[in-house]
Amino acid sequence: MAMDKRAQIGARIAKELKDGDYVNLGIGLPTETANHIPPGIRVVFQSENGIMGVGPAPANGEEDQDMINAGGGFITALPGASYFDSATSFGIIRGGHIDVTVLGALQVDQEGNLANWMIPGKLIPGMGGAMDLVTGAKKVIVAMEHCDKQGNPKILRKCTLPLTAKGRVSLIVTDMAVLEMTPQGLVLQEVSEGYTVQDVVKATEADLIIPDHLK
Amino acid sequence: MYKLITAAEAAAMIKPRSRVCIGGFLAVGAPETVIDAIVAAGTRDLHIIVIASDWENRGVGKLVVNHQVGSAQVSHMGTNKEIQNQVNCGEIKVELVPQGTLMERVRAFGTGLGGVLTPTGLGTVVAEGKQVINVNGRDYILETAIESDFALIRAKKADQAGNLIYSKTARNSNPIMAMAGKVTIAEVDEIVELGGIDPEDVITPGIFVNYIVLSKEK
Repeated sequence: MAMDKRAQIGARIAKELKDGDYVNLGIGLPTETANHIPPGIRVVFQSENGIMGVGPAPANGEEDQDMINAGGGFITALPGASYFDSATSFGIIRGGHIDVTVLGALQVDQEGNLANWMIPGKLIPGMGGAMDLVTGAKKVIVAMEHCDKQGNPKILRKCTLPLTAKGRVSLIVTDMAVLEMTPQGLVLQEVSEGYTVQDVVKATEADLIIPDHLK
Repeated sequence: MYKLITAAEAAAMIKPRSRVCIGGFLAVGAPETVIDAIVAAGTRDLHIIVIASDWENRGVGKLVVNHQVGSAQVSHMGTNKEIQNQVNCGEIKVELVPQGTLMERVRAFGTGLGGVLTPTGLGTVVAEGKQVINVNGRDYILETAIESDFALIRAKKADQAGNLIYSKTARNSNPIMAMAGKVTIAEVDEIVELGGIDPEDVITPGIFVNYIVLSKEK
């Protein structure tokens, strides 16, 4: 995906964060969020391998071999950071103490189901911490391209890939749109510049509720 | 009380089909000196219990590349193509376990519990064939304890009572696995005298540690 689209998705997700939030970002596109935290908002990033208070990447030559994030990248710790073991880390996650998690997706559907950990017969990386994060975080935001590389919709009526968790997605932010899960169904909240409501509907298999402000 | 041994002596205790918890996250906090000794010993058909299969040249990835792993309980294999190849051709049998669940199942065995109740995995393949129990109106999966013969862990420092402290994000699964091995072998950078670690700072009490190996890494 083009850098400007990645930045656009990251900036839009960053607007969802509130001052004081504890946040866990998945690997890849979700990490873009950290580059767009609005001024005046202080959020604390967890990495599930065992740190709260993740700081920026170290300068070249300053890497500490014992300081990585869950993606294996070198990190620093901010003042006020803490280290803990993996059971405590997932206790934090599963226990509902993380305010927001941002994760990528292979598929997401109109019932809030998420599939992001395996493609049967092809890719079996394993779920890592994704199932715990999606199950436990207070708010689950999906960051992804609206369609797959072949142009097929990724927002479906029903996920066909093995699920990561059932009914846990609250918001989907893509290059084309922002969609919110509500008790009534999936609501199209925003359409990105350069696209129309019809463009989004065509690129989405799920049934969408179109609110008055977009009609 | 712990006994100081060499990495080769540690490796010699581990037999084919031993169930072995190995600490570390993407090889950070992995007991590399002990792993290297097991590679040198060539013991095959190990059952490993690990967060991730690490890299092909680091952590438990080295055991995989040397075809010493027969089965694994693991949460992530995405950084190691070799384990994916060996799983695809049936050489390694794998149970994929969500990371938080894996830690709780390991912890359960070490702390005398039969298992834990977790919501993680409800409505997914992880729940298939498992008992779902409703507590106060909420569903949970019954996840049973994972038994292990050995825990191979990595710490920064031990004192002469076997108490351990760790280093930053190299702590990860190590304190949990330390409790879970019927025999726990800790690889450490240094051993300090009694009182050299403030009791307030101890992360793993020495009672869990049976053997200590000095790391070649530092």
